[in-house]
Amino acid sequence: MMVEVATEPLLTVDNLAVHFAQGGGLFGGGARVLRAVDGVSLTVRSGECVGLVGESGCGKSTLASAIVGLQAPTSGRIVIDGIPLRSGTTDRMRLARTVQMVFQDPYASLNPRRRVGELLAAPLRLHAMGDGKEIGRRVADMLRRVGLRPEHANRYPHEFSGGQRQRIGIARALILEPKLIICDEPVSALDVSIRAQIINLLVELTDSLGVATLMISHDLSVVEHMCDRVAVMYLGRIVESGPWQRIFERPSHPYTRALMAAIPDPFKPIVGRRAVASGDVPNPLTPPLGCAFHPRCPEAMAQCRQAPGPELAAIEPGHTTACWVAQRALIAS
Amino acid sequence: MKMRANLWIGGGFFALAVTAALLAPVLATHDPVLGADLMRSEEPPGREFWFGSDTQGRDIWSRVVYGARISLTVGVVSQLINSVIGTVLGITAGYWGGWWDDLVSGLTNIMLAIPSLIFALAIMAILGPGLFSLLIALGLTNWTFTCRIARAQAMALKSQGYVQAAKVMGSGDLSIMLRELLPNMAGPLIVIATLGMGGSILAEAALSFLGLGIQPPFPSWGSMLSDARDNIRAVPWLAAFPGLAIFFTVLGLNLLGDGLRDILDPQSRSRLP
Amino acid sequence: MNPATGDTAVLEISELDIALAGDKGPTQLVDRVGFSIPRGQAFGLVGESGCGKSITALAVMGLLRAPLMRSSGQIMLDGRNIAGASEAEMRKLRGRHVSMIFQEPMTALNPLQPIGRQIAEMFVLHEGATWKEADARAIEALRHVRVPAPERRARDYPHQLSGGMRQRVMIAIALACRPKLLVADEPTTALDVTVQAEIVELMATVCAAQGTAILMISHDLGLVARMCTEIAVMYAGRIVEQGTAGDLLRAPRHPYTQGLIGAVPRLGARAAGGRRKLAEIEGVVPAPASFPGGCRFHPRCSRATGVCHTDVPLAKPRPGGGVVCCHHDG
Repeated sequence: MMVEVATEPLLTVDNLAVHFAQGGGLFGGGARVLRAVDGVSLTVRSGECVGLVGESGCGKSTLASAIVGLQAPTSGRIVIDGIPLRSGTTDRMRLARTVQMVFQDPYASLNPRRRVGELLAAPLRLHAMGDGKEIGRRVADMLRRVGLRPEHANRYPHEFSGGQRQRIGIARALILEPKLIICDEPVSALDVSIRAQIINLLVELTDSLGVATLMISHDLSVVEHMCDRVAVMYLGRIVESGPWQRIFERPSHPYTRALMAAIPDPFKPIVGRRAVASGDVPNPLTPPLGCAFHPRCPEAMAQCRQAPGPELAAIEPGHTTACWVAQRALIAS
Repeated sequence: MKMRANLWIGGGFFALAVTAALLAPVLATHDPVLGADLMRSEEPPGREFWFGSDTQGRDIWSRVVYGARISLTVGVVSQLINSVIGTVLGITAGYWGGWWDDLVSGLTNIMLAIPSLIFALAIMAILGPGLFSLLIALGLTNWTFTCRIARAQAMALKSQGYVQAAKVMGSGDLSIMLRELLPNMAGPLIVIATLGMGGSILAEAALSFLGLGIQPPFPSWGSMLSDARDNIRAVPWLAAFPGLAIFFTVLGLNLLGDGLRDILDPQSRSRLP
Repeated sequence: MNPATGDTAVLEISELDIALAGDKGPTQLVDRVGFSIPRGQAFGLVGESGCGKSITALAVMGLLRAPLMRSSGQIMLDGRNIAGASEAEMRKLRGRHVSMIFQEPMTALNPLQPIGRQIAEMFVLHEGATWKEADARAIEALRHVRVPAPERRARDYPHQLSGGMRQRVMIAIALACRPKLLVADEPTTALDVTVQAEIVELMATVCAAQGTAILMISHDLGLVARMCTEIAVMYAGRIVEQGTAGDLLRAPRHPYTQGLIGAVPRLGARAAGGRRKLAEIEGVVPAPASFPGGCRFHPRCSRATGVCHTDVPLAKPRPGGGVVCCHHDG
């Protein structure tokens, strides 16, 4: 593990921004910019599992789209396996063999008109990975690895349950033997009793294949269970990041604490609970001035309400946070 | 399970027309073009002439049966041209978007603003009458609905997870359009094509009626109606039988289109989770 | 309150069967479900997709429509049987005695009317208030569900509000006429996690303050356990275990309940004891058309024996109160 830390990361996201122009009148007036991702830096080392946590609209899915080349970034740099990603000129085939994606909705992510065997064989054929016999063997092998049977290759997606479809989605993502898979909320659309199956499968497969994972989720308990490092996103920016023990034992950003408190702990009654975040997630088109979390933050001070907002700063080795309160407390101690 | 009546009745009418076209040499009792016998012109339907005879003494039954060949050829081929043009333009416009989409949408709107028969007439005027010009004229006029449907479907489908997954796999645009988009929009396109065929047959009849389509002495249902127009009161069977042939074929195609819509519509196929 | 009915349950369901009519005969979706909710208490109905929990809620609201039908059973709302009630009778009860909030508040609100008016309508409709006083009371109702600047917000249209705000408005509408029972079907599933907790807390607090009982429908055992006194766990159309919230979570008796609790990672578990493989429930959630015979959980149960394949387990009392339906309990 120590050796790998010294090597170049598998994925480097450097000061990435993805902006969308919104609305705009007939004469171009009133157009607003949605800063879906606004200056995000992130690394994933090979074999590592990094969790990206945040609520809907925080930009985590847009970031994922940019990494797999589905969304052109407005500015910033993405380097995957030593190759910088540029819109238009990037070698899509090479990118496909390096990074793959597991989608949230197992119903919409499989083409209903193609058999499972074809779904898995198509990428192998596209990338000329083996002749017909070899491809058949790989498909059967991958189906077995994800807990399905080789004869399932002849069925259509609608013949499977949600959990089984997600297994197929995972098989498709892994069949090109990528170095990194991006899992966008892979269990949130599944029934509770099925989630454990898929989480276990992902942990086991990524461990045995040595694949790095970028795990995108709103559920901190899933992220704690799976990830080595965690980054927390709020309104397009990373507000805290660090090794999982640090984040979960000593969360320093109030938003991280709010997320943790939001996980229903069945053994604590909810009536009379102290609020850790009040109000709703603001409209990303009109983010609050200063620290974007200040209107909901129980600890907000005057400085938090003014521009410029806090930048990420290390509060202990490897653990960074973008919060004036936490940074001030560190200076004071 | 139920309400498939329109599918069967419509399919039945259309199958009858196709059978007539294919088996015309067997079914015809007289030569449709050369069987003229001026001595026996305008005879009412009877033993010799099942549907009566026309002004030149030709057997109307035989001409209706042979006319099916031309009318159906026009219907199928011109609609095929429409479907290909509409699908290619619509799917690329919907999937790529941008200036290409603006261009295609603009063209579609212009086409929709021109009465299609007038447009076909103009093309026919340039190309001259005849079967080939008819196919071209009708093949270039009615692709707009196909195009709109294909464009809307492509726009809806391109955000689906499986299309994204195909992109992440490194699939090219052509492969995505052919393998991921087209199979999932085939249903509505087939429905539109079926309905469009009926429209083309009617348009052929109209153009031939105006004398711009199939030229005498060759029989198409439209040109037969055209021949009949002077004597329609005195000799009603001249117009009645080709008219009925058009009526039932087009009705059949419309019913078939509705029936196909019922089975191909994803809504009606949805099942309990 | 009528002293004669003062100590009866606000909702009492017994032997409820609900079926879906189809080409190949009816499919049983809910099978002999029964439970009761005491006045002012929160009751949780927990289960996965297709277990029949939402359909049970619709039956309570009298909202079952063909092809769904109640084939037998009683639903006593506030002492009267509403199982066979006509639509006109139900309309009088809805809003005043029982009301409902849904998963997606946007679809339940009228997009063309300011939210204040939509709340005020409840007072006009059910209490014969004039529009003027109803509008004033609507602002009070908004304040009650902690909507900031309610005077201004009352004039907003649903699309101008965030998801959390809309759900607050839904709660305000549902609780406007102080119903005896609030049915909440996955009320927070569509919301962000940090907003979820706040809405659940709000619902619990407001209902407790005005004595409204809650029937909370959810797939999230943890969330339900936090706000409910009693919980029933449903699987494939049947209640498999029922008990007080704390006891059910601490000492689950049914293998399915145990599985549900073990199947989700718990925050802090890895820090405390390292990463362990999550306990899986094997197999898939069955579709109503293919519910297995005997105990419906047997194909996925590690403890299943011959009797589980053949016999429907009867409800047995649990040591900590409530019931459990398992052949191998104890």
